[in-house]
Amino acid sequence: MPRLLLLFAHPALEKSRIHKRLIRELKSIPQVTFHDLYEAYPDFNIDIATEQQLLLSHDIIAFQHPFYWYSAPAIIKQWMDLVLEHGWAYGSEGRMLEGKKALNIISSGGPRHVYAPEGRNRFTYRQFLAPFEQSVRLCKMDYLPPFVVPGTHRMEQQDLETFAALYRQALILLTAGNAPTDPGAELLNDQLTSSGILTH
Amino acid sequence: MDQQTFLTQAMIFLAAAVIMVPIAKRLGLGSVLGYLLAGIIIGPAVLGLIHNDSGDIMHAAEFGVVMMLFLIGLELEPALLWRLRKSIIGLGGLQVLLSAVIIAGISFGLGLPWQQAVALGLILSLSSTAIVLQTLQEKGLMQQPVGRHSFSVLLFQDIAVIPMLALFPLLQNLPLGDATGDEHSTLVDGLPAWLQTLVVLGSVALIIGAGRFVVRPLLRLVAKTRQREVFTATALLLVIGIAVLMMQVGLSPALGTFLAGVVLANSEYRHELESDLEPFKGLLLGLFFIAVGASINFTLVAAQPLIIGGLVLGVMAAKAVVLYLLGRSAKLSLNDRFLFAFGLSQVGEFAFVLLTFTNQHGILPQELTSLMVAVVALSMALTPLALLVHEHLLAKRLQPANASARQQDDAIDEHNQVIIAGFGHFGNTVGRFLRAHKIGLTILDNDADRVELLRRMGFKVYYGDASRHELLAAAGAESAKLIIICLEPSEKRLELIETIKKHFPNLRMLVRASNRYDAYDLMNAGMLHIYRETMDTSLRVGVDAMRFLGFRAYTAQRAASLFFKKDEANLRKLSAIRDEEEYILSAREKIEELEKLLQTDMVQNMQDIERGWDEESLIDAAHRASDATVQP
Ligand SMILES: Cc1cc2nc3c(=O)[nH]c(=O)nc-3n(C[C@H](O)[C@H](O)[C@H](O)COP(=O)(O)O)c2cc1C
Repeated sequence: MPRLLLLFAHPALEKSRIHKRLIRELKSIPQVTFHDLYEAYPDFNIDIATEQQLLLSHDIIAFQHPFYWYSAPAIIKQWMDLVLEHGWAYGSEGRMLEGKKALNIISSGGPRHVYAPEGRNRFTYRQFLAPFEQSVRLCKMDYLPPFVVPGTHRMEQQDLETFAALYRQALILLTAGNAPTDPGAELLNDQLTSSGILTH
Repeated sequence: MDQQTFLTQAMIFLAAAVIMVPIAKRLGLGSVLGYLLAGIIIGPAVLGLIHNDSGDIMHAAEFGVVMMLFLIGLELEPALLWRLRKSIIGLGGLQVLLSAVIIAGISFGLGLPWQQAVALGLILSLSSTAIVLQTLQEKGLMQQPVGRHSFSVLLFQDIAVIPMLALFPLLQNLPLGDATGDEHSTLVDGLPAWLQTLVVLGSVALIIGAGRFVVRPLLRLVAKTRQREVFTATALLLVIGIAVLMMQVGLSPALGTFLAGVVLANSEYRHELESDLEPFKGLLLGLFFIAVGASINFTLVAAQPLIIGGLVLGVMAAKAVVLYLLGRSAKLSLNDRFLFAFGLSQVGEFAFVLLTFTNQHGILPQELTSLMVAVVALSMALTPLALLVHEHLLAKRLQPANASARQQDDAIDEHNQVIIAGFGHFGNTVGRFLRAHKIGLTILDNDADRVELLRRMGFKVYYGDASRHELLAAAGAESAKLIIICLEPSEKRLELIETIKKHFPNLRMLVRASNRYDAYDLMNAGMLHIYRETMDTSLRVGVDAMRFLGFRAYTAQRAASLFFKKDEANLRKLSAIRDEEEYILSAREKIEELEKLLQTDMVQNMQDIERGWDEESLIDAAHRASDATVQP
């Protein structure tokens, strides 16, 4: 069974509502390695060897983080800059990650409908996440559609519970080797609707 | 002495000191030798500017020794005494015992009556606390093993004077001359022996009791007046008062004040007392050394040069051998053993007191006493010279091979950008870190063992007192970019800073500070890069404590670095508004300052730390406007 490395980044988890709730689901999914970047590297001094070792021992890499300024919190960037080395992760010699899968798991304050060409944010999630998608490609991995928890600013508790269940289901499917069939889909959420859970 | 002669004399003394001491220091001879030379020059032997037949000056000067012992006592917290107990009793006890036995044995062999031999042995076994401590401090060796062992031995000797004074009357073997009459009679003279003892014990108890229950409240009261000079006056009164009391009951004033010092060592005014008395002590000790220099009776020496020379060398050699062996048993390095042996081989200031005492009590005859006074003074004068010989000939030889030859080469063929002064715990961490990044280092250190080790490891090391201009020059201070000052006593750091400011103004200084107050001093000295040694560590503990309590690592880390910044800013602010006048109360002032600090550290201040990630306002806005444009 594929193993999933969850690279988690939340600079102020003590203030989080969404991600704090989501990661509670992880306890019962043994295939997932939870790696809390801000906790491991409060000084941003990322241990490259350890990180690369972790990457090698997993098949799916998930960046889980709140959507900050249409992107990820700073440590994710730092992680990418340092860990994805030329000649290791990319370049003609760099094939260590070849064939693995990667995706973003994000939450956004804005609701889903504003992430559209006609919406207030003018671009879709996947457009905003293009740097991730292309970086992943460059490292010879497959980029999967992102899992998004949208509209967190006005999310009721019961909706959050729904999303937690959905999140759990997504991780179980991924670690069961049932990656979504349509890599071009806008969100991973959509692929899960067939199981009867609605998306925004 | 009328006022005219008093002032003239004072002028001569001061002028001699002002001229000779800087010259001596400049030549690397140390201040003690400077004072002694000054004394010899103005004394009857050379210029004959002072006439000290009555010994007045000597008496005044001995008060410097009294004050020194008070200050030593102040340093002696019970914990320190306890830590040193083994070397005080073991090393000190053996040193006095062995030296006394050897010297007494030889004297007896030379035909002195046994009583005189024993008295001489005991007297000559003592070393000079004044000279040795001053020298060790100047060399920054007090914290090194050799410094601590020397201190222990000196302490034991100083205490051993009490039983000696008590024992000596038993050694009487000459008819009592009329010498006793002209000394000031003491209160206890007429009393029966048991009562004398009682009075003596009572005075000791009085000092201890009064130190606890009278002096402290008194100091507090005086401190409240915020009159610095009254506080100084009180400190002086304290020392002089005890000295008078002790003389009245026939005890050594030095020991009385020493005791009082120990009693006050734990008091909150310790530092104030120290800093107030320090200049007096310094001046009076200087005076004492001058008086010793002036009192060397060169006519006597010229009359019997061989005998006196032989006696001086013989006594010093005997003591040095004992010390060397003790140094070996205390596992000092070879170099330190020689330093220990040479350093303590002179006879000390208490010998003057004891010689007079034994003469008066019919133990030693007059001629022998005068001869011995000359021997003692000469041995004191020779100490700085012996140490110089040690430093320049032996120390270099005992360092690994061709140290001095290498120094020359180093200076030419490589220019390290960084000099580290002091390679103890603090300095060596900095050094190891820089070296790990292949940054060339030059190290200045005064621990011979460490220097030896570092040389073997391929470091470029200079042995000696880092604050000396020549050493800095040799180490390449002219061309280096940075000097990292990690020396141990904070005074040493200030001294080094002054030297650098004067001679190497382009060298950037990064300075270790022991604590806030030390940091203030460094700021006053104009330092820009100050590193409080406990600051980062304490905050790291704080960070870990927060983490164990469940705080996020990143949050704790940011909190610490914010706290650090605020505290540094605060330090600068408080240092700017600090007022010399108020500083007299520093113990209380410190508490008030702590209060200020605690107030500014209050939680509310720390909470703006991550407003960027606070979303309440965003969420509010989202709830208010259904189609708000403010929100992503
Ligand atoms: C610094 C910052 C930047 C943010 N930028 C965006 C953004 O660009 N788009 C968006 O939809 N939400 C944005 N948000 C809202 C967060 O994405 C949202 O509050 C978060 O996903 C909620 O998850 P949590 O409760 O686990 O913190 C931002 C929030 C913060 C604090």
